[in-house]
Amino acid sequence: MEEIIELNHHIYLLKVFSPELTYIIKPGQFLNIRVSERVYPLLRRPFSVCDVQGDHLYLMFNIMGEGTSILAHKPIGSNLDILGPLGNGFNFDGDYETAVIVAGGLGAAPFPFVTRILDGKKNILSFIGGRTKDDVITYNLKNVKEASDDGSRGFKGNVVQLLEKNLEQLKSKKIKIFACGPTAMLRALKDFCIKQNIECEASTECAMACGFGICQGCPIESTSEKDHYLLVCKDGPVFNIKDVVI
Amino acid sequence: MSKVDLSVKIGSLTLQNPIMLASGTVGYGNEMAEFTDLNKLGGIVTKSLSLKPRKGNPPQRIVETPAGMLNAIGLANVGVEVFLKEKIPFLKQFNVPLICNIAASTIEEYVECTKILTEEDTIKAFEINVSCPNVKEGGLSFGNDVKAVAKITERVRAVTQKPLIIKLSPNVSYIAEFAKTAKENGADAVSAINTLVGAAFNIFTRKPKIHNVTGGLSGPAIKPVAIAKVFEISRQVDIPIIGIGGIMDWRDVIEFMIAGSSAVQIGTLNFIDPSAPGKIVNQLEEHCIKNGVEKISSLIASYQL
Repeated sequence: MEEIIELNHHIYLLKVFSPELTYIIKPGQFLNIRVSERVYPLLRRPFSVCDVQGDHLYLMFNIMGEGTSILAHKPIGSNLDILGPLGNGFNFDGDYETAVIVAGGLGAAPFPFVTRILDGKKNILSFIGGRTKDDVITYNLKNVKEASDDGSRGFKGNVVQLLEKNLEQLKSKKIKIFACGPTAMLRALKDFCIKQNIECEASTECAMACGFGICQGCPIESTSEKDHYLLVCKDGPVFNIKDVVI
Repeated sequence: MSKVDLSVKIGSLTLQNPIMLASGTVGYGNEMAEFTDLNKLGGIVTKSLSLKPRKGNPPQRIVETPAGMLNAIGLANVGVEVFLKEKIPFLKQFNVPLICNIAASTIEEYVECTKILTEEDTIKAFEINVSCPNVKEGGLSFGNDVKAVAKITERVRAVTQKPLIIKLSPNVSYIAEFAKTAKENGADAVSAINTLVGAAFNIFTRKPKIHNVTGGLSGPAIKPVAIAKVFEISRQVDIPIIGIGGIMDWRDVIEFMIAGSSAVQIGTLNFIDPSAPGKIVNQLEEHCIKNGVEKISSLIASYQL
């Protein structure tokens, strides 16, 4: 752990030196971190990779409970017990010229890395929403349009409504959406993408114990195979939004 | 050849060391194999298998609790047929004894699963789950009923020659009674304990934290309960016991053995540190060398009261 940067009064950015990870990890993959050697908190905490710069990786998080609180207050220079990279990551294939990033709240976490990877190869448009101005996180993103539920920052409304408002501009380009955010946002986004016939890769979230497939704790319903669940940790966390029930 | 004899016996099955991986915490081996050399272990126990595939419970299936976790997976598994076709080929490459855990809704289903699986040479023993707390039918209702445990043990015994282990529920008043019944009906060993029934609510939404409302509590929080149950069986029934419940390191393994376990299963720890089981084998050996323990089996039920 080299640095903890407070982005605003509740969002933190953790800078970690880990050349073992930075050269293999892909945007949308996650790391499972053991924040304490003690038995409480017992389980690892999953964090999506936020950005990679050389030998350093960055994780974005807010203080949700005991685990993230311990992490935020660890002394600089501590060793971190990291399991990863885990999960599949975003699939950047496809016939599109513009990558449209759609994120709500801390769902912005994976997109600085996505932006870094796609910059120069695709046009990038970012639609970033949050409940209030403090929840709209635009760190290291490009061409950002902002939305907040209470109108305290940017468009007043949710980020999918903001997409609809910009529909004409979006429909004039070949686009693919990359999304992450709360379930309600992803649900509305799925309807939007199906209606407008837009390809979308969405990063999903579920409580999990292990992060690599053995606990079976993180099921997500597939739209095609009804006889079994997919696992968020192993089959995801990124899915084509049409393939899963959100 | 190691300087210490770490081997232990479970009925006719000899394990090279007492460290097994518990059902439901090792999948079908492939994910764990990336982190721990399965050949170093005493044995692995598969995810509970049922005759037909089971989808399991909807999310949320897991929640952390103080020094533990609740799970209600609902016995999600691929079913016997897919297991034999798709999972056994991977497991065949290891020398580690493979123990199949079976969970069923009816006595007939237990018998049918065992009949099919016993034909497969790679499978060295069976662990019968009569104690899953997270499914509506079967599961715990069997585990709470001595007569049902007797019947299941007897009927499954009749269709396999392989070592038979009955996995007991801690959610009973006298666990030794169940161990005794298992022994009388032909079981070679018992494993104790399965998870304890628990629940947790969100105080703001007033909703249960897991979809199934109740789940199985595991992790270090349950270790003292498990030790007590192992000890109770050990005092009253002459049957090998596989101790399970919140093992986090080699000291816990030694404690379980002293309390009466012939072997142990590591469960929740696999989720946190999947490389731990292999390390624990090494640490057990070091402990034995340092303390002049020539045979680890000499520790079994060595409590000094």
